[in-house]
Amino acid sequence: MSTTAADDQFYREYILDHYKNPRNFGRLENPDISHEEDNPLCGDVIGMDFRVKDGVIEDVRFHGRGCAISQASASLLTERLKGLPLEEAKKIGKADVLGELGIDISPARIKCALLSLKVLKVGAYGLAASDEDEE
Amino acid sequence: MIKTLDVATIRKDFPIFETGIAYLDSANTSQRPRQVTGAMMEYFEKFNSNIHRAAYRIAEEATVRYEATREKVRELINAASTKEIIYTRGTTEAINLVAYSWGRKHIKQGDLIVLTIIDHHSNIVPWQILAAEKGATIEYVDIDDRGELRLDQFHKLLERSPKLVAFGQVSNALGTINPAKEMVAAAKRAGATVLVDGAQGAPHQGVDVRALGCDFYAFSGHKMLGPTGAGILYGRRELLEAMDPFMSGGDMIKTVRVEGTTYHDLPWKFEAGTQAIAEVIGLGAAVDYLSALGMDAVRAHEREITEYAYEALSDIDGLRLYGPPPSRRAGVISFDLKGIHPHDLATIADRDQVCLRAGHHCAMPLMTRLGVAATARASFYVYTKKDEVDRLVGSIKEAQRIFA
Repeated sequence: MSTTAADDQFYREYILDHYKNPRNFGRLENPDISHEEDNPLCGDVIGMDFRVKDGVIEDVRFHGRGCAISQASASLLTERLKGLPLEEAKKIGKADVLGELGIDISPARIKCALLSLKVLKVGAYGLAASDEDEE
Repeated sequence: MIKTLDVATIRKDFPIFETGIAYLDSANTSQRPRQVTGAMMEYFEKFNSNIHRAAYRIAEEATVRYEATREKVRELINAASTKEIIYTRGTTEAINLVAYSWGRKHIKQGDLIVLTIIDHHSNIVPWQILAAEKGATIEYVDIDDRGELRLDQFHKLLERSPKLVAFGQVSNALGTINPAKEMVAAAKRAGATVLVDGAQGAPHQGVDVRALGCDFYAFSGHKMLGPTGAGILYGRRELLEAMDPFMSGGDMIKTVRVEGTTYHDLPWKFEAGTQAIAEVIGLGAAVDYLSALGMDAVRAHEREITEYAYEALSDIDGLRLYGPPPSRRAGVISFDLKGIHPHDLATIADRDQVCLRAGHHCAMPLMTRLGVAATARASFYVYTKKDEVDRLVGSIKEAQRIFA
């Protein structure tokens, strides 16, 4: 019990930081893409708004409520998305998101970690009017 | 004088506690004592065979043991006859059986069904499907700020002569003990057929179905020390007699001819196909176990643990408790922590081998009503000791330290 919060192997400092101070949190006015998904397991919701110009994600915001893992994962993802071409964003996969989180995620929590990716995928492909679905 | 449970001795019957877990999720599913798994193993190893159809000795033994559970359950809930005890896979199947076999015959366009906002999904969704199919209306009784049903609203709804009233004896999410007897009596006076979901009632409060006066009562074996896959539908005989079968096929028939089929008598009319024989035998052993402890003693123990836990949790800063005070609730405590999501708390508790439920508890309408996505929930049973509650408090403090 001598550990401090900073050296917790799961709730690492940067995860807690993204949870408590989420980056790009909020809504965009008149977004080009706006999409929301929920985690049926727990009822948590994450939504994302995108402004896309010339095929590049110019701005992104996320909103919703959830656990530290889903919120930190969404916050980290938005940092990565800003300035990225939409086509590149579509290529982001599960391994990228889990790698960025940098912690061992149990099967029970994997849906939390990947909720924001689902929002991105369905939202981005929706704009491209494609029927492709990641799941 | 109610006898007190000897929890230390009881725990010796549950090998799972040798793993060191603190198990605080009995409202989800209970643990099972050696007596239950032993009865099932005995079936598998000594008289494994199918029931009701073979002429040899071990099949007779299997049939006798399988049917013996019916009488044990009848006695436990004080039904008038074993003909009123239908084996199902659990509460969900029992309610679906009623929605299908009774509901499709009796619910008509424009009829009113009264449910409550604290009901479990298994006592909501079958009625929603039935109502959509028949063009019936559903109204939900709301709760007050303490998480107790608004009886004024309930009585108001009864003035509209509902065809069916269905509600839980005890809320799985808040632990609220509903005034079931009063509600059943009022609903019967209003001419309704009444189903009581006893999933959280039968294992913890116990029930006397004849004193309660309901038409149907459903519960699961796996929440009362029995295995998964075996549950009970109690129904008043005249209602069951008039109902058509739910599932059909083998074992539920008297004669099958190409011109048509005559159905078996109660209760077998509702038990088509090869049943969960080992599980039903296991349920019988669970009923024996509970009966030996005595439901009064079970209730008294849960009350003591619930009061202890309620007190301990009340002392924690930033912890919000949902539902009524401990004197008016069963062994279930739902809560959340400021700034910490229930799932994160459950993950941290799990690292201390504390099994805690986090989520919507299959009661999403209630979560919406409370304005939360999820809560953490601790629930207790005959084997729960105060030390397990203390370990939960330790996990909560650890979570608060991490998220500080």
